[in-house]
Amino acid sequence: MKVEQISIFIENKSGRLAEVTRVLGEAGVNIRALSLADTSDFGILRLIVDKTDTAKDVLKSKGFTVNKTEVVAVEVPDRPLGLNSILQVLDASRINVEYMYAFVERCGENAVIIFRFDDTEGAIRVLTEQGVKVLVGERVYCM
Amino acid sequence: MRIWDPDRECMARDQLTALQFEQLRTTLERAYRNVPCYQKKFLDAGVSAKDLRQLSDLARFPFTTKEDLRLNYPYGMFAVPLREVVRIHSSSGTTGKPTVVGYTRNDLNNWTELVARMMTAAGVTADDIVHIAFGYGLFTGAFGLHYGAERIGASVIPISSGNTEKQIMIMQDYQSSALVCTPSYALTIADHLDRMGLGADSLKLRVGLFGAEPWSEEMRREIESRLGILATDNFGLSEVMGPGVAGECEYKCGMHIFEDHFIPEIIDPATCEVLPPGSVGELVLTTLTKEAFPMIRYRTRDITRLHYDTCRCGRTMVRMEKTRGRSDDMLIVKGVNVFPTQIEEVLFQVEGCEPHYQLVLDREGHMDTLEVQVEVNETIFFDEMKKQREFVGLVEKRLAATLGLRAKVKLVEPASIPRHEGKAKRVIDRRKT
Repeated sequence: MKVEQISIFIENKSGRLAEVTRVLGEAGVNIRALSLADTSDFGILRLIVDKTDTAKDVLKSKGFTVNKTEVVAVEVPDRPLGLNSILQVLDASRINVEYMYAFVERCGENAVIIFRFDDTEGAIRVLTEQGVKVLVGERVYCM
Repeated sequence: MRIWDPDRECMARDQLTALQFEQLRTTLERAYRNVPCYQKKFLDAGVSAKDLRQLSDLARFPFTTKEDLRLNYPYGMFAVPLREVVRIHSSSGTTGKPTVVGYTRNDLNNWTELVARMMTAAGVTADDIVHIAFGYGLFTGAFGLHYGAERIGASVIPISSGNTEKQIMIMQDYQSSALVCTPSYALTIADHLDRMGLGADSLKLRVGLFGAEPWSEEMRREIESRLGILATDNFGLSEVMGPGVAGECEYKCGMHIFEDHFIPEIIDPATCEVLPPGSVGELVLTTLTKEAFPMIRYRTRDITRLHYDTCRCGRTMVRMEKTRGRSDDMLIVKGVNVFPTQIEEVLFQVEGCEPHYQLVLDREGHMDTLEVQVEVNETIFFDEMKKQREFVGLVEKRLAATLGLRAKVKLVEPASIPRHEGKAKRVIDRRKT
């Protein structure tokens, strides 16, 4: 039920983001979703890609610092309070969201949001019990 | 201008030499008798106080280094029991441990006298209001100047460092006439005055005594023109005493070393040979009157040159030029001594940190800044910004604790710090002194 994400350290200087996308593109890796957290000095780029291991290897070979993390992809009803209903469930179980970002593609009538939780296993259990749809990795990589 | 102690400061050279010889002989004997480190050094070198037949025989005695002080931390170099020590100060050290120095009542009295000499040479009198903007604490700067100024009879404002706007308000209201701080802080004050739309004529300052960091003649001209004062330089180091080892007179042609208390030598830092008068080399100092903490041939690592001709002010005491650099890798940042190895050790102690780092020194306005660039790796890289920031904060906190100085930590991409022949260039100094 978990989705693999890679995160990349990017120094805040021109051309670095372009370099990441070029390296991935030339290795035939397709980006499914991304988020960038940044400070004035550096940024953390998080990606969901179709070929996680290939992406990690090619970026490392080009000198980037790359880590692999497990995140959760959740189907969120595409209507007002859709996201809120899910956050209520998590809050009731005292599970913290470290960060989250939205998927570009929709899954039928629903939006897809990537979550990083402090307790990944607990989050998946609670969400599934409450009937929230959690997507498996294979599904997400090929969306 | 006045000379505080003309009998001593204007002594004929032959009289001075005789005095130095007597005091040196006693110092060597006391050091040998009371400090195991000196005893061992003298025995290893096969010398004793009896071998001193003339002053130049001092060159036969072994040097003392910062490493000796580190190995004998905290009290191993003291030559008197602690019950005779009435004050303790310290300076930053190479390994996180500071250097501890002690003073007996006589030492404090001599120190105060020498600072009074130095301040008088700069033109400070009993009529002055002395604004001391050095940080009060273990650092010798503030207390040294404080008691010297009181000895002269000046009115002392122990304002300490920080809060420049308040400093300016107090300077205006209390009519401070003499400023004691680092030269870069003097320029920070000038900047604040500009920003507040005030001219130098809004203050009553007329003289400044600046020390604790190296500064150039250009900087002197800038301070003098912007603050409208006479800016004088002085020199000292806590291992030897603190401020008051040497100071400029109104002619600003070198800092008079108070040779009735210290013997200066200039050596070649590579061969350790004593160089003839007038040579540029490393300054080595021996104390002649210190009771608690005698120093025999202490290698200051400061590069300078000595002038022995009598000064126009009438003082016969030798003059040392402004220091031109260091014979080791020590950096002076905001008046604090920093060794790259100290930073390296802090980084090593942080889980996952690799020793790929670079120090970038710069100036913001007139204050030094220190940035420590650390190459990131998988262990110290997190996908969560909160954790990444906590990591940076942790390293900054540990650096501040070790250095006694705020340094900014900047994470950079791996292999982005240029390496030269496999070794990284550790220090980039963009400051113009």
